[in-house]
Amino acid sequence: MMKIGTFQELFDTAQSENKKIYEIAQQNESENTEISVESIREKVKQNLNAMKAAIKLGLESKEKSISGLCGDDCAKLLERYKSGNSLFSKPYQKVLTYAFATIEQNLRMGKIVACPTAGSCGIVPAVIIAVAESIGACEETEINALITAGVIGQIVSNKLALAGAVAGCQSECGVASAMAAAALVEMYNGSNEQILSAAALTLKNIMGLVCDPVAGLVEVPCVKRNGFLAIYAVTGAELAMAGIKSVIPIDEIVDAMKQVGEMMSPQLKESSEGGLATTKTGLKISAELAEKWKQIN
Amino acid sequence: MEKVKTLFDVIGPVIIGPSSSHTAGAVRIGYIAGKIFGEIPKKVKFTLYNSFAKTGKGHGTDKGLLGGVLGMDVDNESIKNAYEYAKKMNVSYEFEYAQDYGKHPNSVDITLEGSNKMEISGVSVGAGEVCINKINGYKFNINGDYNTLILIYRDKPGMVYRVTALLQSYNLNIATMHCDRNAKGEEASMGICLDAMLPDTAIHELEKIEEVYLIRNIEVLKK
Repeated sequence: MMKIGTFQELFDTAQSENKKIYEIAQQNESENTEISVESIREKVKQNLNAMKAAIKLGLESKEKSISGLCGDDCAKLLERYKSGNSLFSKPYQKVLTYAFATIEQNLRMGKIVACPTAGSCGIVPAVIIAVAESIGACEETEINALITAGVIGQIVSNKLALAGAVAGCQSECGVASAMAAAALVEMYNGSNEQILSAAALTLKNIMGLVCDPVAGLVEVPCVKRNGFLAIYAVTGAELAMAGIKSVIPIDEIVDAMKQVGEMMSPQLKESSEGGLATTKTGLKISAELAEKWKQIN
Repeated sequence: MEKVKTLFDVIGPVIIGPSSSHTAGAVRIGYIAGKIFGEIPKKVKFTLYNSFAKTGKGHGTDKGLLGGVLGMDVDNESIKNAYEYAKKMNVSYEFEYAQDYGKHPNSVDITLEGSNKMEISGVSVGAGEVCINKINGYKFNINGDYNTLILIYRDKPGMVYRVTALLQSYNLNIATMHCDRNAKGEEASMGICLDAMLPDTAIHELEKIEEVYLIRNIEVLKK
């Protein structure tokens, strides 16, 4: 059985077999799960379709979450882009709106693909699907990109639990952004080295991101963070495709993230006991919602 | 047993949001509890603890648990309307919210009533993974990752042998096995995770063992 535990092993295997990273990833998955590569790609396609469905519904809705805190920001962005007066080109606008569309579907109890988690579900689909539409990429290219994203998250998760409660948001939205950056390079047919550079550069710059959700809900700051980190992934991919490399190798970056996660106070790891959650406004919202929850049901 | 992460743990699963632990995990606990109960209950009561109690309504934990008990899986878009479905199905439901720091942050006790009554407890351990840790007071460790045989029976020597010999006769491999018994030592339980589903003929043979009160054969959950 093939053993791929680190990015170095992934890279070395791909180079020695003269294959792309997604090819090694699907081959590895097939050997570990005893499911054919064809079936794996079919399942990836199903998840890709679920992502597309969430974006479609999200773009059409203004429905707020149960708390009423979020849910209509995607509509605001779409309204702005109607005017044609934006700094962002069309592909960037799509990346941003698709991220909001997906994460807002999540908070209104819609169907989404946890990627890697529910709270970071907007980032990878936004980048892959918006870019595919913009460059006219075919479905096979999208599937290759999603598998590339997946193996990035999979290898990070060998060392670091992808959970805000364990390592903060760097391990949720941060990892999602690195996955998306790598996927984007794959869509532009970048080299294996560029794919890993995109992930490395992205991860390095979200290190230490805390998880401090107001009132314990996947809403503030999660919704906007999905939008920001989707755009951020594009930057990571741009740098990598320009040939810019991370000075620190990606495996060492993941080690550092793990260390930072361990050093991070539990108050900043999804417990809503610090950061934005305990600002004056954060606490006020939390108290108001506690009252609201008593009244419903 | 550390589970190997697959690609689909990272680019999946497909779930109803907003939270894998507080929504999808809740659905999964409800779903397994419903299967263990073995029928749609007439009445169900949920007691949510700690983080489940504090943030559950905002995450739809209540709807997830209820929807799960009604047979909805983690990607069922009707979960959002679980209350309406329960009413349509004539299932009365009740929620209580409590604090107990001796328990896991995301814990729930479920009391189900129908042709019989059962008490089932579960925890959502993160990333949508769950554990049913108590059934009618007996400790269990059921997470839906395996086909699981659940037995509650009058304790007497040789019971484990009789059950495992039967499994062996069907050439079924045991992945894990968990036994417990009540304080008096009169009744005991077995939770056996199997690599394949137990056929109905084996269940009929188990039913013939007069010491056995309760048998449940829970199929592995789809991912």
